[in-house]
Amino acid sequence: MTPVALVRELGFRAIRVVAELGSMLLFTLSFLRAAVVPPLRPQRFVDEIYNLGVLSLVIVGVSGFAVGMVLGLQGYNTLVRFGAEGSLGAVVGLSLVRELGPVLTALLVTGRAGSATAAEISSMVTSEQLDGLRMMSVDPMDIVVAPKAIAMIFVMPILTSLFVLAGLLGAYFIGVGLMGLDAGVFLSSLKSSIRFADDIGGCYLKALIFGFLAGLIATFRGYHATPTAAGVSAATTSTVVVTSVAVLIGDYFLTALWGFQI
Amino acid sequence: MSRSPLRDLIAGVFVVIGLAAVAFLAFRVGETPFEHRGGFPLFATFDEVAGLKDRAPVDIAGVRVGRVTSIGLDENYRARVAMDIDPKVELPADTSASIVTSGLLGDRYISLQLGGDTEILKPGEEIGFTESAVVLERLLGKFAGNFGSTGEPSKTEGQ
Amino acid sequence: MMDRPASFDAHVRFDRVHMAFDGRTVFDSLSCAFPRGRITVVLGGSGSGKSTLLRLIGGLIQPEAGRVEVAGHDVTDPHTSLAEVRSRIGMLFQHGALLDSLSVFDNLALPLREHTDLDRAAIAQAVRAQLDAVGLGNVEGLLPGQLSGGMLRRAALARAIIRSPEILLCDEPFSGLDPASLKRIEILLTRINRQRGITLIVVSHHIASTLRLADQALLLLPGRSVCGPPAALRSSSDPEVADFFDEELDVEALDREERAAT
Repeated sequence: MTPVALVRELGFRAIRVVAELGSMLLFTLSFLRAAVVPPLRPQRFVDEIYNLGVLSLVIVGVSGFAVGMVLGLQGYNTLVRFGAEGSLGAVVGLSLVRELGPVLTALLVTGRAGSATAAEISSMVTSEQLDGLRMMSVDPMDIVVAPKAIAMIFVMPILTSLFVLAGLLGAYFIGVGLMGLDAGVFLSSLKSSIRFADDIGGCYLKALIFGFLAGLIATFRGYHATPTAAGVSAATTSTVVVTSVAVLIGDYFLTALWGFQI
Repeated sequence: MSRSPLRDLIAGVFVVIGLAAVAFLAFRVGETPFEHRGGFPLFATFDEVAGLKDRAPVDIAGVRVGRVTSIGLDENYRARVAMDIDPKVELPADTSASIVTSGLLGDRYISLQLGGDTEILKPGEEIGFTESAVVLERLLGKFAGNFGSTGEPSKTEGQ
Repeated sequence: MMDRPASFDAHVRFDRVHMAFDGRTVFDSLSCAFPRGRITVVLGGSGSGKSTLLRLIGGLIQPEAGRVEVAGHDVTDPHTSLAEVRSRIGMLFQHGALLDSLSVFDNLALPLREHTDLDRAAIAQAVRAQLDAVGLGNVEGLLPGQLSGGMLRRAALARAIIRSPEILLCDEPFSGLDPASLKRIEILLTRINRQRGITLIVVSHHIASTLRLADQALLLLPGRSVCGPPAALRSSSDPEVADFFDEELDVEALDREERAAT
């Protein structure tokens, strides 16, 4: 490839990225509009709480508990060398609340519910179900996209707190149950280290933003899928990949901008 | 849309438990956010506050009664610390504040020792008696310097 | 291209419509009219724009140039209320396009719940009446995925006509059906046209059904279109038109030969 062609290719890609971001913004505005302008669809919202939230419970709970156990084990083994195993609660709590809770929950929910959302919407595109709705003068944004995207924003903080609590339980189980740490020491170290405004607030801010990203990307990719079987699988795959990368990069900037105190 | 009573119920239970988990995590796992609301401000000036952080605890006899709200320099370049104190606590005017460390390498906090004065410190007043932070490195430096001037450590111990 | 004088009452009219996808021209100045109360079958090879024609009528896509008039409304005019036009149109999609997540009953009830003030009982009655009309009995509670191909097509047909449209658009209603189901759909479409006076525009490449069903046929050829009674088209001296019917007859002859051989 000649240098000119290379630069041209770069320009083409840059234009495409900007165009995609622009169309995502318009998409966001239209689903937010659909969510607040009547007809409102509370029943569809409840359906999606079930699909996205309840059906992600087991994977989030089990993963949270497992992550907590690993943190408990690793943390204990490291801290005990410095005679600081009393700080296990603080170490586990801060890791879970600040980073692992929101990030891992977002990744898990994307894998479980985001991919399902993208697959469902893209197969509705493929089988002309969305066109069918349009021909009945029912806005697909209203009945399909908005309930899913808004439900994703809503369930993410809930699932994140369940993940964190499951993680704390896992760490408690290892630290107090197996390693014989005093329960009071564990809990007081946990309680005194986690601050409301920046730790808990940051945790929920992250969860809300990750929920927004996961919901937006899944519905957007599904909605704009190529109407073929290959299009469905491409939409599903790219949803998981793009959301994961967006969550991890977004996490860095949120952490940096939010300014967690040491 | 089709209603499925069982699914709706499960979704409802999920939301209730979920919001309870959100609230529990917010208000029970960490420090309670509102416990110091309505406290009164006190000030203290120290020569050295190395290691003391914003929001560090303020204790009396090991019991938490407030927290540090800000640390800055006064016009004489001494460290001026603002504290937020539980309004139920009445401090005598000759109370002294010292910066201490929990454990060998632990966090710095402010410990208040009560005096015997009958007058009570009012909000916004200054604690007059302060004891600065002990900087471990400087202490060690002096200690090591002593070793250097007197020779072997065992002799030092013997003196 | 044939310019026929509008001696009949045109329900749907294309006026010099130009349409291209990714630089490939599908319609180049297409003009044609679909008579009110008649059955017009649109014929043409793959990629000749048969489905595009239906999507243009429904306002699902917009042409690059030209007008599409439906019952006197220009659907290419951005000021036209598409909801108003679409309330006069029913559309039977190739794969039914019923919503996968809803039961057959809810699929049929959806347009009524969205656009009428009927109470529960009236909606239930209307849904049952339509299901009876297409010969479907106890399928109300089933999901679309649980129906056979022929039943699914009929359920979709019931949804398409539930709001009593003036115009029914059918995209490949005969594809992928066994002979018995095919015949049934033909009879249903004829009955809908005769009893309710609905204008039918049927896209198909099924010659035999077309000849039995159509009052008028529109043959889409590359760059032009030919319109006329099916029998006249079949005996046309136009080489391309003759070729289209000829090719199909050859296949039928081949079928007969093969059947005779076995």
